[in-house]
Amino acid sequence: MIAFVIRRLFQALLVMLVVALIGFTMFRYVGDPVAQMVGQDTSLEDRAKLRQDLGLNDPVPLQFARFIGNTVQGKFGISYRIGRPVDELLADRLPATLELSLLAALFAIVVGVPLGVYTGLYPRRWLSHVFLTVSLIGISLPTFVIGILLILLFGVTLGWLPTFGRGETVDIGLWDTGLLTVSGWQSIIMPAFTLGMFQLALIMRLVRSEMLEVLRTDFVKFARARGLSNRAVHFGHALKNTLVPVITITGLQVGSLIAFAIITETVFQWPGMGLLFLQAIQFVDIPVMSTYLILVAFIFVAINLVVDLLYYVVDPRLRVERSGGGH
Amino acid sequence: MGPVERIQDNFARFLDSDIWHSFRTSPVTVVATVLAVVMIVAAVIAPLITPQDPFDPASLDLLDAFTAPVWTEDGLWRFPLGTDDQGRDLYSAILYGSRISIGVGFASVILSIIIGVTLGLIAGYVGGTTDAVIMRIADVQISFPALLVALLLNGVLRSVLPGSSHETLALVVIIFSIGMSIWPQFARTVRGSTMVEKSKEYVQAARVIGLSSRAIMFRHVLPNVMGPVLVIGTINLAIAVLLEATLSFLGVGVPPTEPSLGTLIRIGQDFLFSGEWWIVIFPGVFLALLVLSVNLLGDWLRDALNPKLR
Repeated sequence: MIAFVIRRLFQALLVMLVVALIGFTMFRYVGDPVAQMVGQDTSLEDRAKLRQDLGLNDPVPLQFARFIGNTVQGKFGISYRIGRPVDELLADRLPATLELSLLAALFAIVVGVPLGVYTGLYPRRWLSHVFLTVSLIGISLPTFVIGILLILLFGVTLGWLPTFGRGETVDIGLWDTGLLTVSGWQSIIMPAFTLGMFQLALIMRLVRSEMLEVLRTDFVKFARARGLSNRAVHFGHALKNTLVPVITITGLQVGSLIAFAIITETVFQWPGMGLLFLQAIQFVDIPVMSTYLILVAFIFVAINLVVDLLYYVVDPRLRVERSGGGH
Repeated sequence: MGPVERIQDNFARFLDSDIWHSFRTSPVTVVATVLAVVMIVAAVIAPLITPQDPFDPASLDLLDAFTAPVWTEDGLWRFPLGTDDQGRDLYSAILYGSRISIGVGFASVILSIIIGVTLGLIAGYVGGTTDAVIMRIADVQISFPALLVALLLNGVLRSVLPGSSHETLALVVIIFSIGMSIWPQFARTVRGSTMVEKSKEYVQAARVIGLSSRAIMFRHVLPNVMGPVLVIGTINLAIAVLLEATLSFLGVGVPPTEPSLGTLIRIGQDFLFSGEWWIVIFPGVFLALLVLSVNLLGDWLRDALNPKLR
């Protein structure tokens, strides 16, 4: 177990180093950092001085080491476009994105798993066909089209829900939350639904196919032969065994939720990190781009790590295999 | 047997096969295929079946702007699906736009197949450190969503290239971004099947008669590992079309002078609140139908070729 954890931690560290290298390369070699920071009329001496001050004349490995040192301390440089430190910008935006993503994930799991179980248990019922068809549409409809349709229906035609922004937010210490006000909740419904729809369809189809497969296995037949109730077989035996892939995919999906939030945030003008990143791409704002990359990679790697460790908790077979000293 | 008979023979065998049977007995798949084929053909022959060239400013008349679809009160027969803010016929714009969407989709899938299959073949056949390096890269990349990779590549490429070339190179940049973001799937699959093929007798025989590794890989192993690639390719076509539409919707895709479906939706979004719903709805519906039908086709192909499910 400990060897496994250490190995996974090492891998995670390696991935983060590679991502940091990409971020560093972007910062150092895409365009000239000095030219981006100063005005047109800055003299050559001033530029040279700035270059020296920034340490751009030092050996590249040293620069990279300093880049990593700064990144670990949360010093990501200054945005070319906005002229403020990137960590401040991201800290402002992080709560909005996280609230949106987590709510979307929650929605997808709470609705997706029961629907998947139902369609897996009763594949021939008409309601299952309805769920499956809707889920296929959910997968095929582009996120932004869903968002636009929702805006058209609930925002423009019916006028029930606000179509952009987060509504009123309350500042609780470091966190700027929209979940404590009525307008905040009204504002998050459509974006969270839009963002969660794809994951919902994915989770539902995954649970369904896993259930179908597990229900055909011998141990489920044996469980039935032993005279266990349907309830015990379905939930105690079948559902439990579908959980490993479901946890993996759901875990990994939290990461892609953050990526897909870019689209949702654009449609609903949600003031999150995704919108910031997109603007950074359009204006070639390298510090913001590379920081976003590193931050998202960090979230991904952390989730991957947690998912892998959860495997151990959920799947006893893995524990046996490893402790058996390899094959 | 002459070539004609051989084709006839192959065709007869195809009509007799499991695959054709499974296709014929699945009405959803038939409908999806017909729909996909019609949409792709319509996109290819768009200039022949549309009343105007929406990319040619000379053919547009601002006086026609914001015409509603034909079945509403203000509709005109000239513009069956209405017009946008510049008087562009939406029906023409959608077909021309889907041309770009589908073209970019195909091009990026082909690019990713070339990259993914080559790397997968090498990784599986050569093994060792080469395999480890290639697959590690694929592993890392596959754990990030393709959209993010494509966005980043796009951003970096656009900042590296000089500003003047953005318009002309925009299509190349977007095809490259999408292609590079979906190759790991192909690499993984091909590597897996290559490792199986590698230990088969025909490969050993080829090695014994002294063929080079390259010849064995590309002439003997490659044809035997391409089957699954077709399935993943179909599914990835839908993904690539969606990615392109998303990038264009986000404003980092194809240039606005040659709008794809995503660009049309992006433009149409501005008119949501002023009541011109058709500008955004029709391109959106077309895009969704296109992706849906290709997805259905891919799903069926996967199940039909999967012996486990028979």
